[in-house]
Amino acid sequence: MQLATLLSQKKAAILGRWLTMIYESYPPETAIFLRKEKNRFDNPAGYRISEGLEGLYGALLQEMERDQVLTCLDEIIRIRALQNFTPSQALAFIFLLKIVIREELAEEIQKENLAAEILDLESRIDGLALLGFDVYTKRREKIYEIKADEAKRRVSGLMRKTGLSEDSL
Amino acid sequence: MAKTPTPAELLPGLSYKPPEKGWMDVKPDFRPGTYCNPASPKWMEWINYPYPAARSIPEDEWALPQDWKEIVLQGMEDRLNRFRSLKLFFDICVRCGACADKCHFFLGTGDPKNMPVLRAELLRSVYRRYFKTIGRALGEIAGARNLTEDVIKEWFFYLYQCTICRRCSLFCPYGIDMAEMTLLGRELLASVGLNIDWAMASVAQCYDKGSHIGAPPQAFKDMIDFLAEENERVTGITTTPSYNRKGAEVLFVMPSGDYFADPGTFTMMGYMLLFEHIGLDYTLSTYAAEGGNFGWFISHEMGKRLNAKIYAEAKRLGVKWILGGECGHMWRVCNQYMSTWWGPVDFLEKPVSPITGTRFENAAVHKMVHISEFTADLIHHGKLNLDPQRNAHIKLTFHDSCNTARGMGILEEPRYIINNVLPEGNFVEMPPNTIREKAFCCGSSSGINANENMELRMQGGFPRANAVRFVHDKYGVNHLGCICALDRATLPTLLEYWVPEVGVTGISELVGNALIFPDEMERTTDLRDRDLVGFGELAEEAGEEEE
Repeated sequence: MQLATLLSQKKAAILGRWLTMIYESYPPETAIFLRKEKNRFDNPAGYRISEGLEGLYGALLQEMERDQVLTCLDEIIRIRALQNFTPSQALAFIFLLKIVIREELAEEIQKENLAAEILDLESRIDGLALLGFDVYTKRREKIYEIKADEAKRRVSGLMRKTGLSEDSL
Repeated sequence: MAKTPTPAELLPGLSYKPPEKGWMDVKPDFRPGTYCNPASPKWMEWINYPYPAARSIPEDEWALPQDWKEIVLQGMEDRLNRFRSLKLFFDICVRCGACADKCHFFLGTGDPKNMPVLRAELLRSVYRRYFKTIGRALGEIAGARNLTEDVIKEWFFYLYQCTICRRCSLFCPYGIDMAEMTLLGRELLASVGLNIDWAMASVAQCYDKGSHIGAPPQAFKDMIDFLAEENERVTGITTTPSYNRKGAEVLFVMPSGDYFADPGTFTMMGYMLLFEHIGLDYTLSTYAAEGGNFGWFISHEMGKRLNAKIYAEAKRLGVKWILGGECGHMWRVCNQYMSTWWGPVDFLEKPVSPITGTRFENAAVHKMVHISEFTADLIHHGKLNLDPQRNAHIKLTFHDSCNTARGMGILEEPRYIINNVLPEGNFVEMPPNTIREKAFCCGSSSGINANENMELRMQGGFPRANAVRFVHDKYGVNHLGCICALDRATLPTLLEYWVPEVGVTGISELVGNALIFPDEMERTTDLRDRDLVGFGELAEEAGEEEE
């Protein structure tokens, strides 16, 4: 059996475990909430993270445009880029998928001799992580950008009055 | 030397299970971006606030006065005697957890101490230790703890991660009001010199010069005259605000955000067009030039000091009643505190709309009407000539500001206005668990809309932005409307991070766009100089093509 077929068959188990591991990077009380609350508006972080993970998993199973992959990464990273994580902690979730797959498919990997395919998949997960760096950096830059924009808006009325544009600030 | 960590080892929750720590032993992590800078001594000296000092949050030493502990405990005792509600809120909580996941800061940060039940416990544990027999006797077992400098630091961190929005109290079976506890907790912090710079600077400037932004009366007048010129340029209509005019029927008070910062300025233009349209006899005051009240975010006492100007000016000018602009916390202060602080307000009359004759019974005591109530009444009586097509480029959803909506029930008025100034189908509600009484806060209110805590603000506003994104993705919503100046100042930033396709607008701006004047010039743009849909050249071209 091919790895891609196995990944499709075990999608629910692998995704569920991956999601649980991300939730466990939060304090225990928060992890319980993120897992339990299913309403997408009452639990926005849980919803957006799970949506993003599903998209990323899809990107590994089939071909996907680069922009779409970046969007899926951004779903999760723009939350974690704000929260109380170091950059490495914010992005570690991508690599966790390797652990989940190795453990969930341990038996099949040995039986079906999938080592080569696994190595290829893990390289693509590394690729995801590298794209994750791009997204993370963009999000951090965005924070500085919105700080500057807000400072400009605070006096933008005055700027218009004096005939100056915001760009001259 | 140690091995390079694996990804799982980088995440504490995965690599090891930390020894079970009680919440009292977990110290806040003052990570830059998550806290507000302490107040500069200059501002505190301006308003004669105690213990001004140059403080730095990352430093261990916070320059507390020598007898800080006595001051805080005495302050707590005083407040327990003055506010029965505080004692009740401390005693009555059964930790059912109904509020736990209702706070936008918990949802955004994932920090359990932002669960309102636990945030309240930060204060309640000290109350138990010093004011309850069981806490004195059993200490930690009874949920009591000693008041230490670390506790004070924790209060500073978390009481400024609460925007006093009261969403949690909506879900509390006892109605425990976290906002009141936060406000009183902030008072205790202020009593030992701990304030935040953003709020304190605004307070000092307002107290000294007249508005949060520190603009003197001349700048206030200049700016509003400029916005009147802008109205004339865009619509051809001369709007004629008057200043400090004795004998006017109405004193109009608005937050300074409406005349200095975009997009509030367009809301201000909308107010002036509305008043011109109905011929309202109103005046503005260069003394009561600030409707907002950051003082209230620091202490009730400071809130009262800043608020004094409004009635004083209404009395001096001899107006009949006061009309308030679009502002959330201003409205809470004026509606729920002002007449208690200064009443009885026997120098003003019960507000009656001079256009419709409507008596605003709800404002009979404090004599101040909200612009949304006033405008909705005008529309209801057919007094406004409106063309909703002039807002056809705007697909709107509405953010209920916590103070006006949850605090005072102004839920239908703005919606009624919106439905009359927008074309049918251009207004879309966000999901029910995110609007009206259950509205998610902007995440930047209550004086924490500073620059240095941007990460925190973006986390706090995430649940709000998440719902906005839903209606943007599903229905193509491109504007978020609100009736609060702090929202107009902070939501653009929030949306720039989470949903950059959506802009922010005041509701009176939309009214201004839609108003038809008999002697107006041909309208081709809205108040922001954006092309209208189906007007001007585009419409002509379309007409030619049809021919």
